Amino acid sequence: MLGFLRAMVGPHDAEDAFQETFVAALRAYDRMDGRHPRAWVMTIARRKAIDLHRARRRRPEPRDELPQAVAPEETGGIGDLDGEVWTAVAGLGEGQRAAIALRFAADLAYREIGEALGCSEEAARRRVADGLRELRRTIDREEARR
Amino acid sequence: MSRVDAKRIGRVLGAGADAEEAAEAVRRFADRADREGLIEIAYASFDSPIGVGRVAASERGIVSVGLPNMAEASFLEQLGELSPRILERPQRLDEALRELDQYFDGERHEFELALDWRLVGRGFAGKVLRETAKLPYGVTASYGEIAARAGNPRAYRAAGTALGHNPIPIVVPCHRILRAGNVLGNYGGGPEMKAFLLQLEGALPS
Repeated sequence: MLGFLRAMVGPHDAEDAFQETFVAALRAYDRMDGRHPRAWVMTIARRKAIDLHRARRRRPEPRDELPQAVAPEETGGIGDLDGEVWTAVAGLGEGQRAAIALRFAADLAYREIGEALGCSEEAARRRVADGLRELRRTIDREEARR
Repeated sequence: MSRVDAKRIGRVLGAGADAEEAAEAVRRFADRADREGLIEIAYASFDSPIGVGRVAASERGIVSVGLPNMAEASFLEQLGELSPRILERPQRLDEALRELDQYFDGERHEFELALDWRLVGRGFAGKVLRETAKLPYGVTASYGEIAARAGNPRAYRAAGTALGHNPIPIVVPCHRILRAGNVLGNYGGGPEMKAFLLQLEGALPS
């Protein structure tokens, strides 16, 4: 969960989002109705990550606009190669970033990712694959530039 | 050839938060949940001569004791029948932990803890456990005797089943119930544990 939120909002805000997520989950537990608990909590976490971004920016934002990238310096304490990955992940659109983070930071199965994102297992698989392709493109481009 | 593959992404993102940070985040969350009144069942683990057990309480009182041979998952699953809002919160169990310590040190012969009977079966099973709770320290009874006190002397098997499902062992002293002829009999925590508890109370049948 903390790993997922780090990928979504950066390490600085991840803890706050973590608190918000679990408090909200505890309050809303009765409404979980049979969904996979992990996927359900991740749905809340994702919403909290988006809320947090909006609050940070302190200005109205159209619904479909995505949270901004995590600044590279916020990835803190990570080697160059890892930093590259973090930066590339931060540069993804919110939907792909959420899919990538659910798969690789939270280690969810595609079925759960689908539940968390509100799409089918197949669509979740595609979104992760698209995200990976996008990451690969970004990182290769960065490396080619050197 | 790209150096970016799923494995590398997984390694980098998977290392995003270490266990210590996660534990700290959980601790802060528990503080906040407690402040906001979101915890319905608090639990804690206790160390004892028979191993590490767990104890849980609701607002009403002690709701369950997990003997050391009970997995945490089973312990939590049982509590899940009452509420999903369960958190490890030793601060909420200070008194229970103190009394359990004293009991295992042989210094306490009676628990002064309020009990929450909601996990105890209704009907005959409930009667059996309530009768069992009245048995004084170091005093034993047979399954037949406890069945009789619960209102049905012939239901000693049912009494055994009820005792086997005792959600609050030690505090509701089902270890004090023996088979006829002072034979040790079964125990959820295993016969060695039963023998240990009876020996502690100076009531081990020879």
